[in-house]
Amino acid sequence: MGAIEVHNLSKSYGKVQALDCVSFSVERGELFGLIGPDGAGKTTLFRLLTTLLNPDSGSAEVDGCDTAKDYLAIRSRVGYMPGRFSLYPDLSVEENLQFFAALFGVTIEDSYELIAPIYKQIEPFRTRRAGKLSGGMKQKLALSCALIHRPNVLFLDEPTTGVDAVSRSELWDMLSELKECGITILVSTPYMDEALRCDRIALCNEGRILKIDTPEGIVRGFDKRLYGISAKNMFALLEKARTAEGVEDCYPFGEKHHLVVREEFDEAKFVAQLGDIEGLQIIRTAPTIEDMFIKLMKR
Amino acid sequence: MRTFIVLLQKEFLQIRRNSFLPRLIIAFPILIMLIMPLIMTMDVRNVNVAVVDLDRSTTSQRIASHIEASEYLRLTHTTTEYPLAMDALEQGLVDVIVQIPDHFERDLMVSTPEQISITANAVNATKGGIGMQYIVQTIARTLVELRGEKSPTKLSELVTIENRYNPTLNYRHYMIPALMIILFILICGFLPALSIVGEKECGSIEQINVTPVSRLTFTLSKLVPYWIIGLFVLTIAMLVARLVYGLSPVGSVGAIYLGAALFILTISGFSLTIANFSETMQQTMFVMFFFIMIFMLMSGLLTPVDSMPEWAQRFTVILPPRYYIEILRSVYLKGTTITELWPNFVALGIFALCFNTLAALTYKKQA
Repeated sequence: MGAIEVHNLSKSYGKVQALDCVSFSVERGELFGLIGPDGAGKTTLFRLLTTLLNPDSGSAEVDGCDTAKDYLAIRSRVGYMPGRFSLYPDLSVEENLQFFAALFGVTIEDSYELIAPIYKQIEPFRTRRAGKLSGGMKQKLALSCALIHRPNVLFLDEPTTGVDAVSRSELWDMLSELKECGITILVSTPYMDEALRCDRIALCNEGRILKIDTPEGIVRGFDKRLYGISAKNMFALLEKARTAEGVEDCYPFGEKHHLVVREEFDEAKFVAQLGDIEGLQIIRTAPTIEDMFIKLMKR
Repeated sequence: MRTFIVLLQKEFLQIRRNSFLPRLIIAFPILIMLIMPLIMTMDVRNVNVAVVDLDRSTTSQRIASHIEASEYLRLTHTTTEYPLAMDALEQGLVDVIVQIPDHFERDLMVSTPEQISITANAVNATKGGIGMQYIVQTIARTLVELRGEKSPTKLSELVTIENRYNPTLNYRHYMIPALMIILFILICGFLPALSIVGEKECGSIEQINVTPVSRLTFTLSKLVPYWIIGLFVLTIAMLVARLVYGLSPVGSVGAIYLGAALFILTISGFSLTIANFSETMQQTMFVMFFFIMIFMLMSGLLTPVDSMPEWAQRFTVILPPRYYIEILRSVYLKGTTITELWPNFVALGIFALCFNTLAALTYKKQA
């Protein structure tokens, strides 16, 4: 029995199908990532699992409790950190934490050692109003509040959106530590590079889950050869490469274009076909999760 | 119960933290009670009168001097030509013209004289209408006086007038209870709604919804602080009414507080219901304004319900302020007791129960 079990969950807002028959399960103590662009249905999934919404069809179990029948039990067993900062901006850091602790019938001292690694960093500012904290500190406070009642399952909806690179990395370190304490973590992010920090990830798009595997497994599933190409005129290169023989797909990827090729592709022939393009470079490259995502999305 | 106390503490902490609310809660009732009764008066004073005296007799002069002596009327023009007076009326210098016909005094003695004509500027209908009545009374008094001098029985003593419950016909005593209700509507009607919608806007309601707090507890925690604040506002308003206008309730203070307790619950429950259906502050404000206009203008706060059209009178049955204004006015001015007013208390109790149940039910959270 996993910590989170989702069976054929669907939810639509009017004509928009936010979630379309989604199923997956998360093991206890696992750090599970939902990776997908904006509008993939990640937030809807979180709201369904935290009992804020009712599904149109399908069912889900969190920590052994059905989200529809045992919603009250779920609420005291899960911690939820919404994507938007949603604590009281007019209360101080300490007051916010005390308030949420009291709502769950605990005190800060009860869970201090669990939240200490995170809370210690903002403790010097405990009399400051939450609304006046910096973005990274707000996230730390929100995480502390979500953990104050020692939840078994932690839901983090895009915790790194709008947070600087250092704080992002710190946050992922904290999540790894929490995982060591046995807390199951479901985290969503639009950033593919963060996916590598998860035990397993689900790639999702437009309300569907495209693939679930470990980050390595996902990359391994990319069974085509991949090249990184660049030239002086990147746009012309993209146009020409797309029409070249043996090329399955070509798309911009950072400062290069990624070229996905079929079996019959020949590098020398490809260069000849492109004709004269200034500063052409072509290097065999290892695929990333993003390459896999693009491939799955196009299918 | 512990959760409720924690929520309540948080509400008061937030109100205290707000740089504006505590001041509003104290200053608003004091200011309204100090200033509004002076302004909101239906007593018509300073009616400018022009007398067109075609008679030029002692009687006509006597009428003019009585007009001049009246504390409500002001004799601004005395002329013998009607067009001159009419010009002044058109320019707005004069509100009422009194024309006394030629040979008025002589005819009065022997037969029925030609009628005195009164022309009033009725753009301001109240001023024109009431001004005209004052003039008619003044003229009638003058004539009674004249007759009285010639006959043994003094006619003026044939009629006595007594205004029960508000002996000096002081309009302020009628308005002060209405102002108290307006205070409740504004403070206890807006603040709870804004407090909930504020939580929606900053997202904290989402965080509350994933805790085991029940919707009843949460709704109550939004209700009770404004209930306490409302009773506090009532106390301030009653103190000002007593110290500044010398108006203290003839009946029991307990009846006033009991009514207030029920009325505040009603209006706060109503405002919470509106808040549950709104997403933003603007939405809440505009919907509340719509209902507050109806409450203020149709509940008999400013104009008597009895003089409304039949259909409107029937409509007022569903307006909660209507019941409380009746309680407040009759306890304040007549000293009516709770036993006599029980239908009003029951009505308020039903409203309070309905609106608050509705508020708890429409709060969007599973159970």
